[in-house]
Amino acid sequence: MAIDIKLKVNGTEHSATVEPRTLLVHLIRENLSMTGTHIGCDTSSCGACTVLIDGKSAKSCTILAVQANGKEITTVEGMATAEGLHPLQEGFHLNHALHCGFCTPGMMLRAVELLEKNPNPTEEEIRWGIAGNLCRCTGYNNIVKAIQWASAKMQDKELPSTEPEFV
Amino acid sequence: MIKCKTSKEIGGMGHSKKRKEDARFIQGKGNYVDDVKLPGMLYMDIVRSPYAYAKIKNIDATKALEIPGVIAVVTGKDLEKYNLHWMPTLMSDTQMVLPTDTVMYQAQEVAAVIATDRYIARDGKEAVMVDYEPMDPVMDPFEALNPDAPVLRSDKEGKTDNHIWNWKVGDKEKTEEIFSNADVVVKQQMHIPRIHVASIETCGCVASYDKVENHLTMYMTTQAPHAIRTVIALVAGHVGLTEEKIRVISPDIGGGFGGKVPVYPGYVIAIAVSFLTGAPIKWIEDRSENLQADSFARDYHITAEMAGTSDGKIQATRFKVLADHGYTDASANPSKFPTGLFSIGTGSYDYGAAYMEADAVYTNKPPGGVAYRCSFRVTEAVHAIERMTDMFARKVGKDPAQLRMENFIKKEDFPWASPTGWSYDSGDYHAGLQKAMDAIGYDDLRKEQLELRKEGKFLGIGISTFTEVVGAGPAQDFDILGIKMFDSAEIRVHPTGKAIARFGTKSQGQGHETTYAQIIAEELGIPMEHIQIEEGDTDTAPYGLGTYASRSTPTAGAAAAMAARKLRDKAKKIAAFLMEVSEEDLDWEPGKFFVKGAPEKSKTIQELIFAAYTNHPPGMEGGFEAVHYYDPPNLTFPSGAYICVAEVDAETCDIKVRRFVAIDDCGNIINPMIVQGQVHGGLTQGIAPAMYEELIYDKAGNILNGTFMDYLVPTAVESPSWETGHTITPAPHHPIGAKGVGESPTVGAPPAIVNAIVDAVSHLGIKHLEIPVTPFKLYKELKAVGYFNETA
Ligand code: FES
Ligand code: FES
Repeated sequence: MAIDIKLKVNGTEHSATVEPRTLLVHLIRENLSMTGTHIGCDTSSCGACTVLIDGKSAKSCTILAVQANGKEITTVEGMATAEGLHPLQEGFHLNHALHCGFCTPGMMLRAVELLEKNPNPTEEEIRWGIAGNLCRCTGYNNIVKAIQWASAKMQDKELPSTEPEFV
Repeated sequence: MIKCKTSKEIGGMGHSKKRKEDARFIQGKGNYVDDVKLPGMLYMDIVRSPYAYAKIKNIDATKALEIPGVIAVVTGKDLEKYNLHWMPTLMSDTQMVLPTDTVMYQAQEVAAVIATDRYIARDGKEAVMVDYEPMDPVMDPFEALNPDAPVLRSDKEGKTDNHIWNWKVGDKEKTEEIFSNADVVVKQQMHIPRIHVASIETCGCVASYDKVENHLTMYMTTQAPHAIRTVIALVAGHVGLTEEKIRVISPDIGGGFGGKVPVYPGYVIAIAVSFLTGAPIKWIEDRSENLQADSFARDYHITAEMAGTSDGKIQATRFKVLADHGYTDASANPSKFPTGLFSIGTGSYDYGAAYMEADAVYTNKPPGGVAYRCSFRVTEAVHAIERMTDMFARKVGKDPAQLRMENFIKKEDFPWASPTGWSYDSGDYHAGLQKAMDAIGYDDLRKEQLELRKEGKFLGIGISTFTEVVGAGPAQDFDILGIKMFDSAEIRVHPTGKAIARFGTKSQGQGHETTYAQIIAEELGIPMEHIQIEEGDTDTAPYGLGTYASRSTPTAGAAAAMAARKLRDKAKKIAAFLMEVSEEDLDWEPGKFFVKGAPEKSKTIQELIFAAYTNHPPGMEGGFEAVHYYDPPNLTFPSGAYICVAEVDAETCDIKVRRFVAIDDCGNIINPMIVQGQVHGGLTQGIAPAMYEELIYDKAGNILNGTFMDYLVPTAVESPSWETGHTITPAPHHPIGAKGVGESPTVGAPPAIVNAIVDAVSHLGIKHLEIPVTPFKLYKELKAVGYFNETA
């Protein structure tokens, strides 16, 4: 059985014919060929597949493609705008918040929602806020810094230094 | 502050340059193996054994083959026709690709299903019916050595037991003599449990065989593409797949940590199926398969002993190890070192006698002994020595920092000959520990600890002052399957002064595209932004043994510097020719040669490079390219001083790391930002085995936590906010004085954490805690020493 669905991804309308069991992450990666959304587990534990659905972060490995019918999806490919990189993308780069980059798209999209709900999170709030996203490389210190940096940037506040404190 | 020789624009060593590779990763444009899509590509899924030890009576694929879209089901019997059902491990042991009659561990590959899409492949996998006759597995390595234990590797001719190898090092008699006369001896049995690297990207490949050209392109998650090419040629050469017909491409890798060094059966099956069908085959394992079947790290049972004087002088150590390798020795050690570099376990201390012995055994667990951000058994060794040092300090009644200070090898005693045969290159252990103690406020913490104890609150301070050994290694002693462990760099500079450099290593997140460019910028004075780095394609990169065990900077980084120096020498000749002076009259400053005493007479490196193509001296070869294969004269010996402050809840036994200070000495630093990032990540992979991670098996051979639901990779909540710093003791024998850093924090952190937790509760009678130290384990130990009142 195949089902026709329509959804908006990064501002563009797409229609697709999918099986009822097709996962949203596979629709995005395979049918739509946007491979920035990653798969890191089979138990909804890692968050590498995180996208925004109607502005809310969600693990696209745990959502059926048919559930996304009529919804608006944002993936990492849709974060930058004509004006340039999203402050989180910039913040991750400047603060060395990525090593292998595999967790990065999901981590940034999770942080988009976090900052939307709480523009000035404390370190503790950031850590709990990204607890559904695993990173095996960075040890999280710099991810926290990157999110703090983006928070400042998004509110036109004074930007924290991006020099490493490694003396 | 790190002094930089080059300007910020050139961006040589010591500059915290932002990474060149980030642009693609933050925009979703990385190219990982699962992103590779080829025309006509088929998908492979793998049927796995539910039993740890069983005979295969029958495999019935009828139902699977009836599913539309299932193309084939491949079994061991199919591969046997081509003699592809077994393969060598990197330790010259043997491993099944697919079994023909017996399975040896739970989740072992039993058959492969090939289908037109990954969902159908999974349907096919569910529909393959396998008839097993289960047998009693051997799960305990000590029981594996019982004379009446079943011989697991009966496939090996003449094998009558489960023993793999015995290894020993050091002076046994001298050590025994010291032990029998010593004032004080401490002894502890400890287990370093099985853990899994669990990089967020699992393993996988796309094998694409072109029947017309008889050529294989293999996209795969490998940290060592050249070595893999050679291994494939060794395994499949007899069917016509010889080394020049194989191209291994290692695209972006989503974390490796050593788990992507071995050849897993899935890769070989994919190659075999592509070879037989001519279609590209994609195999991507899921997380549970990755955790349950891919090679594991650790699983060392260690009996550690330390002898010394009653006033706290360490005199000798003795370690005895039983290594559980699962059903095959799949370690990625240099071949002369079956237990890796475990003999570094004499640590950072000045004493003259040590003896170490290890035996390895087979059990019905998946292949073990690979890596977890350290493959060469340094972690196990450091855990043993750092735990014993603390136990010894406690026994003689000395502060563990003080005792370490008194026993450290002194800065002026390097190079230092260790009792197990190493020549430590350099170090300043006193400076490192002092810096860590100052940063954390050691003396105040000791006072606070006593105050809190009066209130019934438990605070512990734990130290680990470790010596690492990395950069394998000198060709004389180090090889993998006979291939010497040198590494390579090739630099091509274009006429306009921009360069591309290629390497035999392969970054999995370490930032090579940035750091290698900085090394070349340092030596040649070309801005690092103008140097493009490429790795991971065996058709274009020079041969190298890959990236693991913190070897890239010590080997390939050195090769980059040496190749760049060849080019600088050439540039000097061109400069002498152009300015009509002799070479001796020239001096170098990053970016240009100038005439001594007349600095206004100079030629920039860009001018000299252009001249190499347009106006080079007669008799000189044109062009501006160099290649270097670097064979290190010695290993490098990074070190670190780590201090952990842990709080233990007196009622719930909850453990919290309040602070953690890590001072690392990795010699000269190429990029402080990246070194710090490596330390952060490594520390998190240090707290993980210390407090959270362990793969647990029951007696029947079932893995009890083989998914991300129950294998506890630390999140941002469990990870403390790491405090980091450095000291610098350059490696005297290394062209740029660098030592390597990736492994250090994973090696050094666990004993600091355990020492802190033990320290928090030592006054209640706790002497040792096994990792991972969980609240429940701690509760049981405290109960055993009578801390919890039964009736309460
Ligand atoms: S892939 Fe791990 S949570 Fe979705
Ligand atoms: S950067 Fe590698 S998993 Fe986060």
